[in-house]
Amino acid sequence: MNCAPVVDNRLSIEKSDAGRRGLWCKNPLRAKAAIPANLRRKAAPRLPELSEFDVVRHYTRLSRLNFSVDTHFYPLGSCTMKYNPRFYEDAAALEGFAALHPLAHDNCAQGTLELIHDLSARLTELCGLDAITLQPAAGAHSEFTGLLLAKAYFENKGETRTEIICPDSAHGTNPATASMMGFNTVNIASKPDGRLDVEELKKHIGPKTAVLMLTMPNTLGIFESNIEAIAKAVHDAGALFYMDGANLNALIGMVKPGDFGVDMMHLNFHKTFSTPHGGGGPGAGAIVCGKHLAPFLPVPLVKKSGSGYVSDFGDKRSIGKVKAFFGNTGVLVRAYAYMLAHSTKELGEIAACAIINANYVRSLLKDLYPSYSSEYCMHECVLTPGPDLTAKGIKTLDVAKGLLDRGFHAPTIYFPNIVHEAIMIEPTETESKETLDEFVAAMKDIHAQGMAAPQTLKDAPVTQPVKRLDEVQAARQPNLRW
Amino acid sequence: MPKPEEARYTKTHEWIHPGAEIAVGISDHAQHEMGDVVFVELPKVGQKLEKEKPCAVVESVKSAFDIYSPVSGEVTAINDAVTGEPALLNQSPLDKGWMFKIKPANPSEADTLMDWNAYQEFVKQSAH
Amino acid sequence: MYIPHTKKDKEEMLKAIGASSFEDLVKQVPGKFLWPKLDLPAESLDEAQAAARLAGLAARNCRPLNFLGAGAYERYTPAAVKAITSRTEFLTAYTPYQPEASQGTLQAIYEFQSTVCALYGMDYANASMYDGASSFAEAVRAAVRVTGKKKIAYAAGVNPQYMDTLKTYFAHSPEYTYVKVPTKDGVMDRTALPGLLEGAACLAVQTPNFLGLIEDMDGVAEIAKKAGALLVAAADPVSLGILSAPGEYGADFAVGEGQSLGLPLAYGGPYLGLFSCKKEHVRQMPGRICGLTKDKDGKRGFVLTLQAREQHIRRDKAASNICSNEALCALSATVYSSLYGPEGLKELAEANAGAAAYAAERLSAIPGCSLKFKGPFFNEFGLSVPGSAAALREKALGRGVDIGLPLAPLYPELGETLLVCATETKTEADILKLETTIKGAI
Repeated sequence: MNCAPVVDNRLSIEKSDAGRRGLWCKNPLRAKAAIPANLRRKAAPRLPELSEFDVVRHYTRLSRLNFSVDTHFYPLGSCTMKYNPRFYEDAAALEGFAALHPLAHDNCAQGTLELIHDLSARLTELCGLDAITLQPAAGAHSEFTGLLLAKAYFENKGETRTEIICPDSAHGTNPATASMMGFNTVNIASKPDGRLDVEELKKHIGPKTAVLMLTMPNTLGIFESNIEAIAKAVHDAGALFYMDGANLNALIGMVKPGDFGVDMMHLNFHKTFSTPHGGGGPGAGAIVCGKHLAPFLPVPLVKKSGSGYVSDFGDKRSIGKVKAFFGNTGVLVRAYAYMLAHSTKELGEIAACAIINANYVRSLLKDLYPSYSSEYCMHECVLTPGPDLTAKGIKTLDVAKGLLDRGFHAPTIYFPNIVHEAIMIEPTETESKETLDEFVAAMKDIHAQGMAAPQTLKDAPVTQPVKRLDEVQAARQPNLRW
Repeated sequence: MPKPEEARYTKTHEWIHPGAEIAVGISDHAQHEMGDVVFVELPKVGQKLEKEKPCAVVESVKSAFDIYSPVSGEVTAINDAVTGEPALLNQSPLDKGWMFKIKPANPSEADTLMDWNAYQEFVKQSAH
Repeated sequence: MYIPHTKKDKEEMLKAIGASSFEDLVKQVPGKFLWPKLDLPAESLDEAQAAARLAGLAARNCRPLNFLGAGAYERYTPAAVKAITSRTEFLTAYTPYQPEASQGTLQAIYEFQSTVCALYGMDYANASMYDGASSFAEAVRAAVRVTGKKKIAYAAGVNPQYMDTLKTYFAHSPEYTYVKVPTKDGVMDRTALPGLLEGAACLAVQTPNFLGLIEDMDGVAEIAKKAGALLVAAADPVSLGILSAPGEYGADFAVGEGQSLGLPLAYGGPYLGLFSCKKEHVRQMPGRICGLTKDKDGKRGFVLTLQAREQHIRRDKAASNICSNEALCALSATVYSSLYGPEGLKELAEANAGAAAYAAERLSAIPGCSLKFKGPFFNEFGLSVPGSAAALREKALGRGVDIGLPLAPLYPELGETLLVCATETKTEADILKLETTIKGAI
């Protein structure tokens, strides 16, 4: 017998059958509709015509083509792919939260307002700062909000500052946000150990500098040990210190960023606070800041009034809105669940185990895959393919594809840009020692394969629904829709 | 269009073919480093360019590269063929893959660029 | 807590690392900052306790019979939509950076892009933005990049929250100017267009507009084009089950709030920004885009494409800083659209228009109440009420009905007017209850 499953890679529209129906809307009030003919669309939209079962089977099949945190170890550096507890989903779906209209009267929204108020209080304390907005929809959106705050802060002081300083190891969103806001970006080269060069910083910082944007730990997984000197240099120049909190998982509960002079920072709830990534969103973000920036926060905020809570529209100094309505409150419900489920001590344990896990992987792999840094790392480590694999023509991309064939999602690759052929591994605290041991074994196996039969590794993956895809054709002749 | 030996080169890997109108493209070395070119954005005819300022963009799948004007002057022609078929920059960087032509503001500027031998030496040095 | 490590695990791991203690690993952090005192609960809740606390909070939100719309619409979410979006292979995956291991998410995004193109009648769509407001702001930014002009003309009927978001996006550049096209009878005064569009990058219009009225878009794109301006159209996607598609009337960019496609209201998010454009503007489209291609055996597959426009490569030269999309919400909207199909969406749109028409008929007959505008509307309308609209709303809320949004804070010139919305979730009985409640509250 020679049987193989038939691979169905048709689009939903290719399964469409004219006249077939999934769901109906039979509300009799339809008969009352009176839309004049000249305002009606001329051609019906070209959407698939399918039964409900067709749709369910189609998308259930698609789901099975994905790697996900629930099905595979997913050590994507800087993305913090930790376990997403199930009861968060139930909480967010509670009718009381899910059905609340964003323009509901405050009296009707007391539960959600209390949640936002309590979550705000806990997060400001966690960061050692004074005020917070939960309005941004994502990390990059938070950066945008943060720079708007800086702009408003300096305008209010009557100062014009035009420059943002970023180290060359920064996330791409930092300079992109600065440019979107009309700032010039000043890039500072990192020292050989991967840290910000304080002497270089002092040379570039001055009366034109608005903000230093710094990721902590940085994208190499290293803590800026000179943090006090950095903060002093920033404040001596009258500038603001912005901490990109994408990597907060390394620090949560272990340090308070406010203690080392951070003026504002952002949080990514879909990273540190374990809300699901959903295949690339929705996330949610926050800007946490000191008292001096609080008057400029976007509105509305929530404040306590007597026994209840009210929306607070601040005063004229607010930067306004960065998003319609309140923010991604559905994500905030999950983040609040996370805070409820962790005591102070347990929050610190998150950081500690994230750091132990990253160092464990690093120490077991660094002989075969040299580590960029010779020091212990924080929550993630940056490795490289090393001279023997390189001599065989093996690139980071090949290692990544080899991992897919062994049932592991690949780490973040080719980032940070300053490391040639970077492999950035962030295991997170929710992975067990056994899983890490299996991952290490897979990486060693890939090394052996690369040394013995490099071409076979260049052909990887061979176990996935598709082999390596032609990205050149995709970009040269874009096919973006049916 | 020039043979490689006849062109002059910038440190940012553009080539030019000197003349009353200067043709500009990217060197064979540059297209190798970039990999498969998937998109080209050219300046507009009539646009005034400044020496060493970005004036065009070349994209590969995962990278974008600024192209710097080798000399100051005005754009007199652009090669529409490369916007339609970016692969020409890979296949024929010094011929069919030319990008635009400039009427130089100061013709002597072209003389300051590297000749073929100097460029080859420069590429060799930069590799270290 | 969700950490698997036992004490023994940690000891073994530290030993393998070669560290004598955890403190060894964090020597790079100045000691004085480590383990500060945190004023947070010393005890965590177990799952049952936490679930009870959250259920208690949810119960404190009240559930009136709801006639609020104004940019967020009450929908029934089909069970099959929930079943698909709760599949953890979708829920717990990340951005499809490894395409071979993410074909499910990628194909779903491709189908989402196609769905948006079909609904809006446009050439291309991206993988989604944060919400309708951010899509709108990004479309206007794109129009500014395409035309090189910095004057932005917008119809007075554009959602004020969209305009606030747009102005925040351009807050850094004082050289941007805004020209409001006035309304006449609640819709854009077309006679004012030629003069106002002079030197403008775009005309931004929303239809149905914020007041619920349907703008007649026939010929508007031509007027804009004559003035050298692009047309940016915002439209509710469910309304497009019956109303003219932006592509049909020549829009350059078309955007919308995808929450309308069956996503929960959730007090403002997560929502879904729909973004589409004409073919010639594809390079100006911000955010992620998925494309169809082949693998090395010639088999069909999907990848993220045109990435060199994006922030992680262009950094300070990127079109936008946007990094994420709202993939799970996009999946939800795609499944919703596929379940209803073209016929079902038409029925949904008709049910919205019918419910609102019936509500308008009943409410305008209440003594002292009248329709604010005469023109055709979709699923919401302005209702003039006697006395304070805000006070009337509070009184009605006490009787379990949210009768609509008082417009005076946003449009003082409209006086005491309520924006009343009825979607397909409303029955004849619901609307009669609305009528009785308003009568009783006046």
